[in-house]
Amino acid sequence: MNWEILGIWIGALLSLSLYSFLYRDNPFYKFAEHLFVGMSAGYWVIYTIENVLKPNWWQRMFPAEGGFQIVWVIPGIFAFFMLARIVPKIAGLSRLALGMIVGAGAGLGMVSVFQTNALAQVEGSIISISAGSAFEMFSSLVLVVGVVSGLVYFFFSKEHTGIIGGTANLGITILMVAFGASFGYTIMARLSLLIGQSQFLMFEWLPTIPRILGIGGGA
Amino acid sequence: MAGMIEKMGNLDRRIIFILIALSVIIPLALGLIFPNPVGAEPSRALFDYVEALPAGSSVLLSFDYDPSTMPELQPMAMAMLQHLFRNDVKVVGMALWPMGASLGQDAMSSVGDSLGKVQYEDWCMLGYKTGGGVMIVRLGSGIQAVFPTDKDNVPWSEIPMLAAYSTLQDFDMVLSLSAGDPGIPAWIMMAGDRFGVPIGGGCTAVSAPQFYPYLGTGQLVGLLGGLKGAADYETLVREHPDAVGAEGGRAVAGMAPQSVAHLVIMLLIVMGNVAYFAEKKRKGGVK
Repeated sequence: MNWEILGIWIGALLSLSLYSFLYRDNPFYKFAEHLFVGMSAGYWVIYTIENVLKPNWWQRMFPAEGGFQIVWVIPGIFAFFMLARIVPKIAGLSRLALGMIVGAGAGLGMVSVFQTNALAQVEGSIISISAGSAFEMFSSLVLVVGVVSGLVYFFFSKEHTGIIGGTANLGITILMVAFGASFGYTIMARLSLLIGQSQFLMFEWLPTIPRILGIGGGA
Repeated sequence: MAGMIEKMGNLDRRIIFILIALSVIIPLALGLIFPNPVGAEPSRALFDYVEALPAGSSVLLSFDYDPSTMPELQPMAMAMLQHLFRNDVKVVGMALWPMGASLGQDAMSSVGDSLGKVQYEDWCMLGYKTGGGVMIVRLGSGIQAVFPTDKDNVPWSEIPMLAAYSTLQDFDMVLSLSAGDPGIPAWIMMAGDRFGVPIGGGCTAVSAPQFYPYLGTGQLVGLLGGLKGAADYETLVREHPDAVGAEGGRAVAGMAPQSVAHLVIMLLIVMGNVAYFAEKKRKGGVK
């Protein structure tokens, strides 16, 4: 049994089953979909136990050199609290664990997110529009005009008429251009996945057919 | 004429699927390769930054993706590793996504073997660790505490190349191949802005637009966006004098179907709009 070829065939048949949905819903698609969901769930459970729970919790509570680290009981209790959500009578306990996660995340992220996504971006927008080559000056001008007009569009304390209205219109135009670019990138991403899967089917799966039929080289 | 316009407007979506499939399959079957000129783009900025790293430098390469985004990110990983190994840069791999560790190990092992690089001397894969941004902060105070062993459970102390690293700041740069969260934003936030380590990387095309602001501020030294970014990097790596005779990558091969499919989509958009406005005019809806 050539396991590599078997793996390629399973991958190819499941890919074709999933693509068959493009024609219409059918049992092959349903089979592949359910298999994917079931296997993903099973895989993640085992992966999380082996790669998260065991090394980060269990092996620290019971180290290889022996002994018992009692402090690691605390995260275990919080993990149990998370599972309490599925029992209505004690579901409230899960809030303690969630509160700790949200609190730690907010505390850690507050300064970093503000620094990275607000302060640094504001600093990056304050640029000279008279420095560099003609193209760089034009780029800087587009950036400054784009930022200002985009902000004006979201300024609702004054009616969008006159110069404010004109600037807001420019702002929404620039936003639409940005959304268009983003949509174009999304199409590219989806096509890339199709291309990747087509490369797999054409250059890895199709060549196995003559090998199986004994027409080509040995398996 | 009116009948044709009506047909155009009500085109069966399955015909569109077939057209897109053909626009991908035919260029691949014919082995079409389109020229891929690389201008002053973020891909070149990343390549130039890596190229300027002296031999013996160290890079932390984080594989923050899984098989669902392999067609875009694995070619980037292969091209980046070729570039790093060719320039004698030490590479330490890790992953913020569980499956990224295996994909990264495959790429490092395959490129490393082809260029005569030795595991644990020139490269090693630390594996996956949960925690995202929180874990990156911990790397800033001690890597060994987070990764006491590598992916294959070899203890840190038994890996010769790791003796040179104690914290994140010991690396000359961090490269993240990111399919989402955690990924590039976490690295910028925690490793770049907090510890001052230069950050570069590659991402899926879907997420590329949201990372462009970081390029303008210098928080990212360069960026590969989607298959085009991967093709750019493959082209730049292959154009180098040391890479004469190197094989073309999957990303460059994927750009021909990508271009043809885009043309078909544009044509369909134009057709749809023509049909829409013609129909509206026929009904007297356009003023």
